[in-house]
Amino acid sequence: MSNRFANTKILAFFILRKDRIRILIWIISIVLFTVMIGAMLPNLYSTGTDRQIMAETMKNPAITVMLGPGYGLDNYTDGAMMAHFMLIFTLLAVGIMNILMTIRNTREDEEEGRTEIIRSLPSGFLSPLTAAFFVSAAANTVLALTAGLSLYSLGFESMDFQGSMLYGASIGTAGIFFTSLTALFAQLTPITRSALGYSFGFLILAYIIRGIGDVESELLSLFSPLGLILRTEVYVNNHWWPVLLTLGLSVILAGLAMYLNTIRDLGAGFLQPKSGKAEASRFLSSPLGLALRLQRTAVISWTIGMLVLGLSYGSVLGDLEGFLDSSGLLLQMLPESEVFNLTERFVGMLLTILSILAAIPVLIFILKLKSEENAGRIEQLLAGAVSRTKLIGSYAFIGLAAAPVIQFMSVLGLWASAAFVMEDPLSFNILLKASMAYIPSVWVMAGLMVLAIGYLPRFTGAVWLYLGYAFFIAYLGDMLKLPEWMDYLSPFGHIPQIPLEEFHASKTLLSMLLAFGLTAAGFAGYRNRDIHG
Amino acid sequence: MPVVKIENLIKRFGKFTALNGIDLTVNQGEIYGFIGPNGAGKTTTIRILLGILKATEGKAKVFGMDAWKDAVEIHKKTAYVPGDVSLWPNLTGGEVIDLFVRLRNSNNNRRREELIERFNLDPSKKCRTYSKGNRQKVALIAAFASDADLYVLDEPTSGLDPLMDSVFQECIKEVKDQGKSVLLSSHILSEVEKLCDKISIIRHGKIIESGTLDELRHLTRSRMVVKTKKPMEALDMIKGVHDLEVRDNIFYFQADTEELDNIMKYIAQFGIVKLESAPPTLEDLFIRHYMGDGGES
Repeated sequence: MSNRFANTKILAFFILRKDRIRILIWIISIVLFTVMIGAMLPNLYSTGTDRQIMAETMKNPAITVMLGPGYGLDNYTDGAMMAHFMLIFTLLAVGIMNILMTIRNTREDEEEGRTEIIRSLPSGFLSPLTAAFFVSAAANTVLALTAGLSLYSLGFESMDFQGSMLYGASIGTAGIFFTSLTALFAQLTPITRSALGYSFGFLILAYIIRGIGDVESELLSLFSPLGLILRTEVYVNNHWWPVLLTLGLSVILAGLAMYLNTIRDLGAGFLQPKSGKAEASRFLSSPLGLALRLQRTAVISWTIGMLVLGLSYGSVLGDLEGFLDSSGLLLQMLPESEVFNLTERFVGMLLTILSILAAIPVLIFILKLKSEENAGRIEQLLAGAVSRTKLIGSYAFIGLAAAPVIQFMSVLGLWASAAFVMEDPLSFNILLKASMAYIPSVWVMAGLMVLAIGYLPRFTGAVWLYLGYAFFIAYLGDMLKLPEWMDYLSPFGHIPQIPLEEFHASKTLLSMLLAFGLTAAGFAGYRNRDIHG
Repeated sequence: MPVVKIENLIKRFGKFTALNGIDLTVNQGEIYGFIGPNGAGKTTTIRILLGILKATEGKAKVFGMDAWKDAVEIHKKTAYVPGDVSLWPNLTGGEVIDLFVRLRNSNNNRRREELIERFNLDPSKKCRTYSKGNRQKVALIAAFASDADLYVLDEPTSGLDPLMDSVFQECIKEVKDQGKSVLLSSHILSEVEKLCDKISIIRHGKIIESGTLDELRHLTRSRMVVKTKKPMEALDMIKGVHDLEVRDNIFYFQADTEELDNIMKYIAQFGIVKLESAPPTLEDLFIRHYMGDGGES
């Protein structure tokens, strides 16, 4: 029996040793971000009246969809406001951290053949998985304690010890939950990318179910782990049962993953890949054909995903209509304009956010070129009669061409469900125009990614960081009363929000020129550098 | 005009000098062996030749064109098999073969089918299920199904079984008969001996020996095993005898090729009971170069 777990301890320390920087960076960033906002908010809304206005706006269904249900609104304290603002974002970040960390130490190790070497040594067949669980438990515990103690140390009256520790426990537990879930998916499929896809798919689904549930039905929200954790109502009611329940679920999932691990062969899964065609279709005869073929599933699922996202944002616009007139916070969040009604102003912001989210698949499609290079597969393509410009051009083309398609899908979803729930529906033409105005901004992000791949492929992460910045500014920039120049640092910040503002041909043109310049520079860099792998 | 011409090629990665002045010429119709230990610079040389890495200094020309600038033009007539074949896990072997052949702008369906048969590959399986040897087969089939004038093969047989290895050797001979050129980097010295017309040995980023196999053999020694009726007392005094060992009255030693005549005359005086002679192998040469010269390897 104990042989199944032989040498787990050594393996756990080995994982800690090899991932220590990665884990530290995650923990430090998450804690710093939480504490920064936690320290900032009470200063922004310092008087009781300020907070009470805020509390009113928190009843807004659109806010509920984004952040979760407001609580303690009768006497809205700093702590309640901070937790309401930050918990859901932090949960998402912790989810991403744990999914990435767990995949690396389970299915990726196995697919790359590293687990085989470990298993050929005197280690038990459950040792690698168990070690991954231990490391995750340790990392999430440290995260929970650091976050909790840091929040408590801010010294705000409403952010008491119990509440702060519950905040920490909430994110730590969510982390452990996503580790167990990812480990389970890692047993089901033998393919790392699929396991990653299922895990992220689950995270997004959990967010959407929670959003709809928080507005429509409390019970539905409890089926989403994110919705469940938000029921802790940190700093007001301090419920511990969601944490305990999630912990229990995590243990069950982890046990299931371990059971599945014992009944399968090394390298195998339960969803086996099928055989394919013995000959390539005519389509598969150029770098572009290959790039499209490799990303077929990703392109289709992202396109559908953005449609669903548009649909779900649009579905709350009906509730919003009735509510908005009394909303003080939203007046703050939205650009000043008296000409248009509040729904339209809110839609303007929504379109900015949807456009920033649309940049994610665009960047992923381009970034595929880098992972192909790392896997040593680019060498064989370039050994064929393929120029480098054509190669990087294929990936850039897919990214650039995907931008308008994805934008169209999300705005179509938004319009369709809005038209269904609203008494005074939005005009599709105006929505489309407003959404298309952001395409040059998405292209600028794409251009940056091409540039990074062309010159310094190690620094593609910086492009993601920049996109994260743009997202943060668009989402919370106005609420946090950040200065306007910070908005202008984002490529999405310059774009006029139609119909609130006039379409600005020169700004659009400038963005397009910038995107074109960045892409061309990236091509030049790619032509002149060594290919690794 | 030589098919491949490398002159004073230098490649540095940061401070590390991977290649330190390589010269190499492959003429048309030649099968050229390129041997050396791990990390000596074989793959780096090949990658520069394919325009995947940029040379720091020196010239690398294929078909008289610049390996870096004219890569696309060169590759229309070049087939390449890497040492470590990575394929797309969700494509089938057949799809990858077609893709590679099409990217070289050639298409020969009959040849493709014939090669798939000879190499005994199931082309409808996804690449993720292939073993190392099967991935190598995919790359080899794609290379030999292409209508190329130069074949660049980087340790192409390290995962093949002996049966498949002989298929590979047949393919090389067919290609040679058509007057095409091959640059073959390999660890398997018996294979290089069997196939190659000329050989270069690389070490620490420098070519240390070049020439035909016969030319190189002059530099080496035959391995001898001799038993005589009367014991030989002074064999170790004879010029050209090295590493002498005597076990159970049997003499084991190495003999310089140019002194072979004198050594034989001396041995014959003692009445030969048993005489075995192994020809000088590339392996001996190789090991002598790496172990002998300063003891580093």
